[in-house]
Amino acid sequence: MSLFDHKLADLHDLLHKKEITIADLVRESYKRIEEVDGKVQAFLTLDEERALARAEELQQKLGSDEGLLFGMPIGVKDNIVTKELRTTAASKILGNFDPIYNATVADKLHSADAITIGKLNMDEFAMGSSTENSHFAKTKNPWNLETVPGGSSGGSAAAVAAGEVPFSLGSDTGGSIRQPASFCGVVGLKPTYGRVSRFGLIAFASSLDQIGPITTNVEDNAYLLEAIAGLDPNDSTSANVNVPNYRSALTGDIKGLKVAVPKEYLGDGVSEEVRQSVREALKVLEGLGATIDEVSLPHSKYGVATYYLLSSSEASANLARFDGIRYGYRADNAENLIDLYKKTRAEGFGDEVKRRIMLGTYALSSGYYDAYYKKAQKVRTLIKQDFEKVFEDYDVIVGPTTPTPAFKIGEQIDDPLTMYANDILTIPVNLAGVPGISVPAGLSEIGLPLGLQIIGKHFDESTVYRVAHAYEQAANHNMKPEL
Amino acid sequence: MTKITKDEVKHVAHLARLNIDEQEAEKFAEQLGSIITFAEQLNELDTENVEPTTHVLDMKNILRDDKPVDGLPREQVLKNAPDHQDGQVKVPTILE
Repeated sequence: MSLFDHKLADLHDLLHKKEITIADLVRESYKRIEEVDGKVQAFLTLDEERALARAEELQQKLGSDEGLLFGMPIGVKDNIVTKELRTTAASKILGNFDPIYNATVADKLHSADAITIGKLNMDEFAMGSSTENSHFAKTKNPWNLETVPGGSSGGSAAAVAAGEVPFSLGSDTGGSIRQPASFCGVVGLKPTYGRVSRFGLIAFASSLDQIGPITTNVEDNAYLLEAIAGLDPNDSTSANVNVPNYRSALTGDIKGLKVAVPKEYLGDGVSEEVRQSVREALKVLEGLGATIDEVSLPHSKYGVATYYLLSSSEASANLARFDGIRYGYRADNAENLIDLYKKTRAEGFGDEVKRRIMLGTYALSSGYYDAYYKKAQKVRTLIKQDFEKVFEDYDVIVGPTTPTPAFKIGEQIDDPLTMYANDILTIPVNLAGVPGISVPAGLSEIGLPLGLQIIGKHFDESTVYRVAHAYEQAANHNMKPEL
Repeated sequence: MTKITKDEVKHVAHLARLNIDEQEAEKFAEQLGSIITFAEQLNELDTENVEPTTHVLDMKNILRDDKPVDGLPREQVLKNAPDHQDGQVKVPTILE
């Protein structure tokens, strides 16, 4: 049994009863990484020396009423900048980037006395659904090393599933926390847009990006969100909305709660075993006293097209900063400044990143702006209105996280459109800006995890957590891979 | 199917400051063509009277206090610069 089979509150008790030390927790992490990361390849950078020193330092400070994250080891996705700890966004262009400041979430973790174990692999600049677009390594799914962990936060989900760290942070632009959480059998939440500061998150699509927690259980997830959420003067899109005590929402009581199931989320594109797992989950929720109705989100099928136009357009602007001048990779032998930009970017970016920069540049270019970019912004309004309409009458929307369980490494990498379709059920949530969670919902026939997605109203993570927790406790899947 | 020519790809790559060779131009022309064709399904929808969404939350004009604060120390700023000299970032010739 691993220490990380305990939930956060129990680890906290063990620390205070002096049954374990903080160094035990940190060593447990590095020991497990040593054992399995050669196979899983979740981590890009480790920070062992400093983590162990910090463990000793915090152990001296340990009093009687420390916060819950005190001394807890955590992994951080590599697009979240961490001061003096290499941050690459899994790109060659940032291969040696040594940040001079902390992202707000990294500062908050530090203030809560959590200990950063290392930085986690991802698709380059968070563009992808399999973590195969990383410049450095292909992370494997701990449930089956021939399948992908999902993406783009594949390292963050795989590390938690493999027991390398008990919790991690990911980021989600179109499903990049929820889809890998689903594929790896862990819990991942994308908060409401504006709930968590994006300051220090290397920007992909600024109107969609959110940082969120990945954990083995819902309760830990709620603790972690509480620690990182809130208004930040350094992010003008972070919202001035009170952060509630999410743990108090975990009552197990969902009697009378109104659950909507969009028919589009159980349609033809979704595999039968995924649909079956959702039907079983709905029975569990019904058994707990919730009412279930079928509804429609009629514009869902336009989500993927809308998303790729908008996110690529935003990315083409955001990634203009990587030019080889102030930081990052710089190409040799440039004849002049323009040549330097072009060579640096051609050598520094991978294919998927180039594809999206060009798609975005095209969609924003003169003559095409109205036809593509503005059109997509208008369809985004329709998608957002779909959710608003359903939430007039319902508390949460429930469906699958992904149309299928994890696919094989290499299977979709040459076909961008097939790869993009993985996110068909998660993308509309980002476009509408509402919160969504993926919780484990059992295993497929061949033993791969399936996920249940629960979507809530703006800033109503409490209800999302309440339903996720009630389902988790009642269904009791208790999933853990053999590695 | 919307056709994107190799020349269009080269033009877009130039705008995006990306060097690409002939082979890449061909590959990206085909891939971008199919992505754009896929995206054109949005034309099925009448959006004549629909307002565009640029931001999902109703917030505007978020301003900070107009107070001077210290900038970053020079050695910090230059720490990640690939090339620098005498406290300045060094770049190739700009004026021919």
